[in-house]
Amino acid sequence: MDYVIEMLNIRKMFGTFVANDNITLQVKKGEIHALLGENGAGKSTLMNVLFGLYQPDGGEIRVKGKSVKITDPNVANDLGIGMVHQHFMLVDKFTVTENIILGSEPTKNGTINVKEAAEEIKKISENYGLQVDPYAKISDISVGMQQRVEILKTLYRGADILIFDEPTASLTPQEITELIQIMKRLIQEGKSIILITHKLKEIMEVADRVTVIRRGKGIKTLNVEDTNPEELASLMVGRNVVFSVDKTEAKPTDEALIIENLVVKDNRGIERVKRLNLEVKRGEILGIAGIDGNGQTELIEAITGLRKVESGKITLNGIDITNRPPRYITEKGVGHIPQDRHKHGLILNYSIGLNMVLQTYYKEPYSKVGILNYKNIYAKARDIIDKYDVRTQSEFELARALSGGNQQKGIIGREIERDPDLLIAAQPTRGLDVGAIEFIHKRLIEQRDNGKAVLLISLELDEVMDVSDRIAVIFDGQIIDILDPKKTDENELGLLMAGQQLEKNEETPLIDQTGEAGE
Amino acid sequence: MSNRMTNIVVPVLAVILGLIVGAIIMAISGYNPVVGYQALWEGILGDSYNIGESVRTITPYLLAGLAVAFAFRTGLFNIGVEGQLIVGWFAAVWIGVVFDLPMIVHLPLALLAAAIAGAIWAFVPGVLKAYLGVNEVVVTIMMNYVALHVTNALIKNMSDGSDSTERIHESASLKSSFFEQITDISRMHNGIFIALLAVFVIWFILQKTTLGYELKAVGFNRHASEYAGMNVKKNIVVSMVISGALAGLAGAMEGLGTFGYVAVKSGFTGIGFDGIAVSVLGANSPLGVVFGATLFGSLKYGAGNMPSAAGIPEELVSVIIAIIIFFVASGYIFKLLLEKFSKKKEVK
Ligand SMILES: Nc1ncnc2c1ncn2[C@@H]1O[C@H](COP(=O)(O)OP(=O)(O)OP(=O)(O)O)[C@@H](O)[C@H]1O
Ligand SMILES: [Mg+2]
Repeated sequence: MDYVIEMLNIRKMFGTFVANDNITLQVKKGEIHALLGENGAGKSTLMNVLFGLYQPDGGEIRVKGKSVKITDPNVANDLGIGMVHQHFMLVDKFTVTENIILGSEPTKNGTINVKEAAEEIKKISENYGLQVDPYAKISDISVGMQQRVEILKTLYRGADILIFDEPTASLTPQEITELIQIMKRLIQEGKSIILITHKLKEIMEVADRVTVIRRGKGIKTLNVEDTNPEELASLMVGRNVVFSVDKTEAKPTDEALIIENLVVKDNRGIERVKRLNLEVKRGEILGIAGIDGNGQTELIEAITGLRKVESGKITLNGIDITNRPPRYITEKGVGHIPQDRHKHGLILNYSIGLNMVLQTYYKEPYSKVGILNYKNIYAKARDIIDKYDVRTQSEFELARALSGGNQQKGIIGREIERDPDLLIAAQPTRGLDVGAIEFIHKRLIEQRDNGKAVLLISLELDEVMDVSDRIAVIFDGQIIDILDPKKTDENELGLLMAGQQLEKNEETPLIDQTGEAGE
Repeated sequence: MSNRMTNIVVPVLAVILGLIVGAIIMAISGYNPVVGYQALWEGILGDSYNIGESVRTITPYLLAGLAVAFAFRTGLFNIGVEGQLIVGWFAAVWIGVVFDLPMIVHLPLALLAAAIAGAIWAFVPGVLKAYLGVNEVVVTIMMNYVALHVTNALIKNMSDGSDSTERIHESASLKSSFFEQITDISRMHNGIFIALLAVFVIWFILQKTTLGYELKAVGFNRHASEYAGMNVKKNIVVSMVISGALAGLAGAMEGLGTFGYVAVKSGFTGIGFDGIAVSVLGANSPLGVVFGATLFGSLKYGAGNMPSAAGIPEELVSVIIAIIIFFVASGYIFKLLLEKFSKKKEVK
């Protein structure tokens, strides 16, 4: 048989911990091969071995039938292997073009020929409909856009075996559809793809075969045609997973958060939130649905004190928190699961334990008169780790060493355990496996049932519709409509998110008249 | 190999390798490496006088290295340690000369003045960095020159045009008759206790306090620190101020210990800049700085014996010392090699 990639009995250890326990993965030429497994199962590790970032402790790798030793990513590049990482590896202060050519700069008379590269990048970008501006600065573009830059990077380097590590975690549904088109086009051109994703729907839609791994061990490789999401989920988790979210009717009381006429600008001074009005009540989960880049990020940053409010007012529990520093806002009862866990959520070079007291380290019992109490800190960390099933060797492990999903579970645990009056959850389940998503959704609903307010921002329409009690649609910096999730569907939401006003008729009454439509 | 083991093995291997390369260079240039290293060894530890003088050289390096390392942990590159040291030196001597107080007040006051002077000198670039985003490297370098020329003017002013101030009062001196006695009247002084105390205090701050937790957090990830509610700007200033105070104390070691006065300088002392090397040698950790300062200080002092005792020209001595330092500083290369090496063995 024609395999482009064969990873045979790959073993990888970190200290005494076995991250890959003799896993075998064989990828056929021209197929999309999905890799499925729980958070911390060892997927990224296995791919990092293939890409030359880690050296295996055992096993053999064959590329196009030839046994190879991939000692570093350059070797992988030469073998035609490209990787889009789970966490982007971009230089913030560089432009798109500079990032893409970094490490293989095209030179002309000894100077770097940025212009030519930019033109080529533009061409590739147009070819695949990526719509990337080659001259935009990374720090100025959205997470979704950054993801596309990573994809462009491998295409630019001419890879014919592409590894995608959770490429869709940060894309909007529309972008995912586009990406899937891109992948299909790549396959038509004879390329092969290894796709890591937690979204079973995507596997069913694009993949030809799927390999399931659990706790470092290869479980099974199946033809996608012969399986279904339920089987995959139970293979991967080792038990049955409930997909629908079980919850009782919300019992909202008074407003915890009131936002009035809020105006916020982005880094470039462009208004992103434009006289926005919104209320979140105690005892409800308000979901914000919208296409990435319509002001969600700026809105969250303004509420949490990370970004300046130009005008307007934010009130929490009757207290004006407009333009107050983050600590003040945190202490007044705001919890925040940030959308970019590496930028805001964690100090990667601190142990996961120290990260569990990131907002509370200065309080008793974690410190007293300025002296840290490590015993109490690590006891608390242990607590969160156990309760939220954060898979780590110990609480002393560097946060950097945890798998992406387990980092996320740690952050969520930290924020919920502080028991805030208002919990802002931005893409809380990004990168989590189906089992963990089920668990986190339960926790969010639990918060609500305890009379707390939850503000959920997600690009995942299913999530917004399943978990929210009300859905606010954001478009161009404003809330253009508020809907009842039971009385709407993806189509209606999709249209609204694209900025199309629905004609109001009696069949879709608004549950709430306050933060409503349009001008 | 465990982490702790590599941390000890790597620098030791690096020193040995540096010595070997240094020996080769001596041999090529026609000098006997054995004689050369013997002279170096004796220059450092040969007799009690040399031991005393080595410790005396190490003392300000401890504080200067600590100053660089501390700022670095908050992500700041304090090249201004030299200038902060110079103003600290002057401030300490000024208190020592102008006042006449009982020792229990006078000495602490002089030390405090040095720390405050250094702190003020670092406060300026700290504030500029935190609130206006001005690069601290540029500002601290400029502040070095300001320190040099301003103190020179002040010294002349204070001593009626003479090039050196009077000696400080005994009550402000760090001199130790005990050390003088056991080291054959070297200039070793009580400042070594202050330097070692500072190492402990800085280690304590970084490892055990909420302040250290914040400072390191800011150094690792500014965005996450802000998210966590830390005052990033304040932390930058605090870090610079503490770093500057340490540098000022390094100046006090010279002013109150080694010399007992301050003279007009035609150029920088170099101790502040060497502090960067010391910090690098010590991987920016307080305990590492003890290792770095000991190595750097003793090599620097002991090398002085090589021209006279082994006939090796001074220029060549500088090259040899630089090579040893270079090998230690690039210790991470060894670390990589070592890791690769031990990994290969594991596979087999
Ligand atoms: N550099 C490292 N040092 C120590 N342990 C590590 C390191 N990298 C990964 N691990 C551990 O290996 C295991 C597998 O991690 P990996 O990142 O491969 O998981 P994953 O399957 O990609 O999970 P996710 O879906 O959450 O991204 C985890 O338990 C993780 O803690
Ligand atoms: Mg992963």
